[in-house]
Amino acid sequence: MDYFLQQLINGVTLGAIYGLVAIGYTMVYGIIGMINFAHGEIYMIGAFIAVISFLVLGLIGITWVPLAVVIVLILTMLFTAVYGWAVERLAYRPLRGSFRLAPLISAIGMSIFLQNYVQLVQGARVKPLPPVMSDVIVLMDRAGGFRVSVSDLQLLILALTVTLMIGFTQVIARTSLGRAQRACEQDMKMASLLGIDVDRTISLTFVMGAALAGVAGVMVTMYYGVIDFYIGFLAGIKAFTAAVLGGIGSLPGAMLGGLLIGLIEAFWSAYFSVEYKDVATFVILVLVLIFRPTGLLGRPDLEKV
Amino acid sequence: MNPTTAVTATSRVQTLDWSAALKDAGLAGLVALLLTLPLVGLRTIEVQSRLTVEPHLAEVALTALLVFLGRLGLTLAAAGLARPVLAAATLALAAGWVLPFPTEALRVLMVIGALVVALRALWALHRRHDRLSQQERDRRMDHLGARFQDATRLIGPAAVMLAVALPFLPFADRATLDLGILLLTYIMLGWGLNIVVGLAGLLDLGYVAFYAVGAYSYALLAQTFGFSFWLCLPLAGLLASFAGVMLGFPVLRLRGDYFAIVTLGFGEIVRIILLNWANFTGGPNGIAGIPRPSFFGIADFTAAPEPGRLAFHQLFGLQYTPLHRIIFLYYLILALALLVNLFTLRIRRLPLGRAWEALREDDIACTALGINRTTIKLAAFAIAAMFGGIAGSFFATRQGFISPESFSFIESAIILAIVVLGGMGSQIGVVIATLLVIGLPEVFRDLAQYRMLTFGAGMVLIMLWRPRGLLAHREPTLLLHPRQSAFRRQAEAGGRP
Repeated sequence: MDYFLQQLINGVTLGAIYGLVAIGYTMVYGIIGMINFAHGEIYMIGAFIAVISFLVLGLIGITWVPLAVVIVLILTMLFTAVYGWAVERLAYRPLRGSFRLAPLISAIGMSIFLQNYVQLVQGARVKPLPPVMSDVIVLMDRAGGFRVSVSDLQLLILALTVTLMIGFTQVIARTSLGRAQRACEQDMKMASLLGIDVDRTISLTFVMGAALAGVAGVMVTMYYGVIDFYIGFLAGIKAFTAAVLGGIGSLPGAMLGGLLIGLIEAFWSAYFSVEYKDVATFVILVLVLIFRPTGLLGRPDLEKV
Repeated sequence: MNPTTAVTATSRVQTLDWSAALKDAGLAGLVALLLTLPLVGLRTIEVQSRLTVEPHLAEVALTALLVFLGRLGLTLAAAGLARPVLAAATLALAAGWVLPFPTEALRVLMVIGALVVALRALWALHRRHDRLSQQERDRRMDHLGARFQDATRLIGPAAVMLAVALPFLPFADRATLDLGILLLTYIMLGWGLNIVVGLAGLLDLGYVAFYAVGAYSYALLAQTFGFSFWLCLPLAGLLASFAGVMLGFPVLRLRGDYFAIVTLGFGEIVRIILLNWANFTGGPNGIAGIPRPSFFGIADFTAAPEPGRLAFHQLFGLQYTPLHRIIFLYYLILALALLVNLFTLRIRRLPLGRAWEALREDDIACTALGINRTTIKLAAFAIAAMFGGIAGSFFATRQGFISPESFSFIESAIILAIVVLGGMGSQIGVVIATLLVIGLPEVFRDLAQYRMLTFGAGMVLIMLWRPRGLLAHREPTLLLHPRQSAFRRQAEAGGRP
């Protein structure tokens, strides 16, 4: 029971990170129907920028943790947003309305490019970051039992994710940008006839998704303490699986999917085998796509001729 | 000439919107600055096992400046100032060679940027109307593709003859042959994947899984049961195609992007299993000491054969050299690759091949015509997997050592890039793309660290330029007047520039 509870806490934390990345996939897929294969790399870049920002802040003497974390979050979101914008502008926008598979292939190329770019400029070695927050709250510590604890960092991750999710849902539901996004999702041509700047809306979608992936990158840097240039690939696929599991195109679905993937991964590692935890994710992806392609919260997709 | 048009033509040049051009270029420069500032400008390095940052701000400033100038040059060239821009770009090109740069990458950026701007300016000078529509450009390239396709009738046999003669040409040494074997392996894989991607139109991101199945089949069968290469080759093909059916069966209902992601998932599952099932596959250490092939089971390629066995040089009364085995491997992969090519060329004329192409063009119409989608997709998957498996067992016997590292996603991406860049469904396109993607980096070995970087960038650029691939001209399978050449047909269909 104690062990189960601890895994639950770990799984939810992991799920929050996946969920934030999954939102980027789900929004882009919802609006232009393409898998943004390079999204995982944006998350990886976010993690790198987080490491660099923490180091720079340390050098200039800002060591008060809450302030440092806030600054790092803002910087990372800013820079990853620029990356998201640039990727869309350079690699996807010229291909809009082109041959069906072209954007996907371009995205794969972009993903390879970004990965190698980071490897080239930052080096291939693992980057360790000393722990920023290390306080732990012990929840249960019975004699002979397993010690259940939740760290400040885990609480921060959860609180931040929930805040961002609420804020984000509000943006989509209430602002004019959100309305424009929902309009583009339903019918891009009609939306542009009604005076919506479709290109701008799509750009902003990428920017928002990238900023969230950047936040996830900061979290993973603080949570695991080590990153390398290759983390984007697997995390990207897992987040995509989360988006599909929750129903691609649905924001609450992405969050739910992320949570489930995080929990499944945590429990799988805890009770079965650590080596095959990635296989578990892939198997879920395949099963969902075969038996329920619309996901848990997705709308049924009608086949149009 | 009407005086008003003359006035508008000159005023178009004179009222070039400088502030807009500067603003646009400034924005590009700013974005470049923001993109490079954290990652290029602040490098993380380890000093005495502690991570710290090392500033490289000059590089960032220079990159932003170059991007600004390049963007400005492109805008001005398009807006009628082609001549001065051309002069400036040529000057910059020369300066790029001479001036000292903090890193070589920046020099390359400067030279290539200047080259692009110069070409753009030349183009603007050459053309009266300065912007070609995407459609018009596509048509021109299709025209070129058709002409090339037409020439394939001559190029194809010539290339095959050259490939056959290669080991006996005077410059053919060990390195050339090794490169030839590498290229042919990728050509074979490209042709194999072309069946799925090019003919049936299914984007398979996990092709390397079958390559891996073939390689491990041979390695394990040969080591466990002592089967010979010639027995294992078809067995590996069969096992891989069995894997293809097994993996393919559940996913073939999916379409487009979903299909691609699931195949990617399968590719990764196979790799993770190979990595972790240590007592069967050797885990991350892989399998070493895989037996080399014999000369069709008759003779071995050794200097001193085991008692009772014959050596190749003894059989033919030659002087022993280790090159014999390399030449033999070269011919083996050449024959295998040509077999795949022949298969594809022939099957396009059979009902199955035509059904694939119908599926690629429009899967709903294809189903409406009474073709069973699942069966033919499965057939494409299984056949391509078989060829992948055969190529895999060749890879295993050539290397003598395999490990899961050789079968990562990036291999799948490379093979896919070969198919896609060449032009989906084009056989000669695969060959040309292999020369570009595999051959060029092998020749420029010094720049090995930039290899994957340029590879990724190249993939994006070619997609932007030609979304269907370089030689994306599709030869019709059925013709009303079959003797007409593809080039002429294209011209008659309105492809005349």
